[in-house]
Amino acid sequence: MSTVSKVFTTTLLLLLASYSHAESDHQSLGKPAEALSQQTQWNLSIAPDGKVLPKGKGFAAQGQQIFALKCAVCHGPEAIGASADPLVGEVGSLTSDYPEKTVNSYWPYATTLFDYIRRSMPINAPFSLTPDEVYALSAYILSQDAIIAEDFELNEETLPRVTMPNRDGFTAFYPEK
Amino acid sequence: MNKPPVQSRRQFLQKAALGGALAGTVSLPLLVNADKLEFPDNLPEWMRAPGGEFGNYGQPSKHEQQVIRWISANPAAPGNGVSWTPLHDLQGTITPNGLHYERHHNGVPQIDPTQHILLIDGMVEQALSFDIESLMRYPMVSRICFIECGGNSNSGWRSNPIQSQAGYAHGLVSNAEWTGIPLKLLLKEAGIQTSAKWVIAEGADAAALNISIPLEKLLDDALLALYQNGERLRPENGYPMRLVLPGWEGILNVKWLRQLRLTDEPIMSRDETSQYTELMPDGSARQFTFINEAKSLITSPSLGMMLPDNPGIYQISGLAWSGRGKITRVEISADGGDSWVDAKLQGPILDKAFTRFSLPWHWQGEYAILQSRATDETGYVQPSREALIENRGKHGFFHYNAIVSWEITEEGDINHVYGF
Repeated sequence: MSTVSKVFTTTLLLLLASYSHAESDHQSLGKPAEALSQQTQWNLSIAPDGKVLPKGKGFAAQGQQIFALKCAVCHGPEAIGASADPLVGEVGSLTSDYPEKTVNSYWPYATTLFDYIRRSMPINAPFSLTPDEVYALSAYILSQDAIIAEDFELNEETLPRVTMPNRDGFTAFYPEK
Repeated sequence: MNKPPVQSRRQFLQKAALGGALAGTVSLPLLVNADKLEFPDNLPEWMRAPGGEFGNYGQPSKHEQQVIRWISANPAAPGNGVSWTPLHDLQGTITPNGLHYERHHNGVPQIDPTQHILLIDGMVEQALSFDIESLMRYPMVSRICFIECGGNSNSGWRSNPIQSQAGYAHGLVSNAEWTGIPLKLLLKEAGIQTSAKWVIAEGADAAALNISIPLEKLLDDALLALYQNGERLRPENGYPMRLVLPGWEGILNVKWLRQLRLTDEPIMSRDETSQYTELMPDGSARQFTFINEAKSLITSPSLGMMLPDNPGIYQISGLAWSGRGKITRVEISADGGDSWVDAKLQGPILDKAFTRFSLPWHWQGEYAILQSRATDETGYVQPSREALIENRGKHGFFHYNAIVSWEITEEGDINHVYGF
C-alpha cells in the first residue's frame, strides 16, 4: 500500500470510529473521589436515621448556657424569637388562627435540628460549635417543650429516636398523584 | 494557556500616530466666532463636546439610578434576606444580571474558583469530583427560564393589601438565559445506582444550604449553570456554579453548588421541612411542592405610577410565567374580573419562561380595577385570591400565585387592592 492510501485509510477509520461513538461527544473528566466522599466535611447532611451523626453527647443544662452566650442575641433569651425565628413553644398551635411554626411545634425530625445548627449556626460563626455543644443546644431546645426530659442525654444513638410532636404532619406533594 | 498579546511594529506605529492625532485635537485653541455659528444654542450640550470614555464594564445611565433591587434583610444578620427585582421598571423578558433577585441565607460567598470542586457521590458506581477547568470542556446548552422564590408574593396572605411597587412585592422572580452542562451528563458519568431516587444538593455558602431534589428532575432538564445572560455567574447568583431547575422553586436551584449526593430518601433538611412547606387549614403541611404554578402580573400601569391623561390611551403590559410549561393565554380585566379580554402575547413564548403580554387601554377617567389572569399549556388557570385562600387557607405563606389587582382611581392614582 502506498503512503497516500495508508493515510487515507487511517483517516477514514478515525472518522468511522467517531461516528460509531456518536453518543460520546465529550471526554469523561471526573476524577475518582471515593476517599474524598468519606471525609467528614463531605458528610454534613444527616438523614432521619441519624447514621452519619458525629459521636458526642449533651444535656439541656449545658445547652441553656451555650444558648445564652451564642444564640439568645437573635433568638431571644427564652428562645421564643427576636430578630430570628422562635424555636420553642406553640406546640399544638398549627390549627389555630395564629399558628407558630417553631422547631418544637412544626419540625418533623430532631435530626434536622442537629443538622441545621451544625452547618449554619451561630450565624456569625458557622461550623464553630463542637458536636457536644450541638447535642447540648438540641437538648435544651427539645426539653423546653418536654419533648425530652431535662436530664435526657442526647447523643448519636438517642437523637434519631426522639419523636417530634409534628412527626406525621406533612403530606408529600412529590411524586404528584 | 494565555499567551501575552503580540504587538506588531505596524500596530505600534498606528497607535503612536493615533495618539499624536488625539494630542493635537486636545491642544487646538478654541477659536469660536459666536456670531457666525449656525447652531449657537439649539443643540444639546452632549452634541457639542466629545462624549465619555470607553468603559471596561458598562453601567446603566446615571439617570436610571433609581432602578434597583430592593433589599429586605435582617439587620442583625445582613446576609440573611432577599432583594427584589424592580419588575415595574423593566421591559421585555430578560432580567439584567445586576437586577436578578437574590435570596441568601448567610451572605454571598466570595469563592475562588480554583479552590472549588463539585463532588458527585452517594448511590453512584464511582464518586467523582469535577473542577472548573474540566467542567469548561463539557458540552453546554443554553436555555431561558425564570427562577422564582417559593416565598415570592407572600405579602398577599396578609389581611391588608401591601402598598409596594409591583416588583417589590412580586419580584422574587427573574428570567435569564442560563448556560451550562446538562446534569444528566455528569450523573451518568458517575453511574447511577438503581436504588437512587433523590439527590441532596449542598451549597458552599456560610449556610452550607442543603436540600433534596428528585433525581428524575436532574435527569430531565436540569443544568449545572456556569453562565448567566452570556457572562459567568454573578457571585450573588451562585458563582462559580449553580443548579438551574426550570420551573421549580428557587430554593432548589442551589447556588455555589459543591455536592450532589444520590440517595434513596430525602434528607429532611431545614429548608424542606421547617421552610418551603405550606401549612394548610387542617394543620397539616404540604411538602415537596416544587413547581411554581402559573402566575401573571401587570407591571404597567402599576402602583407608584399614575395616569396623566384623562381620557388617555395606556399600554397595559406585564409578565406571565408557569413552572409547568408555556403560557397560552393572558386575559385582562379592567372591572375587577367581571369581564375579560385577551392580551397580546409577545413571542417567542418559551417553556417555563417569562412571557410579556400587552393590551392598549382607552381610559376615560372611570374607577377601574386592573387584573391579569394567566393560563398555561396544561390548562391551569391562575386563581383569584379568594379561590387560593379557599383552597389553602391563610397561613400557607409559600407559593402565593393569586391574581393581583390594581385600583385606578378617578384621579388616575393607583393602589393595590384585593380582588372583588
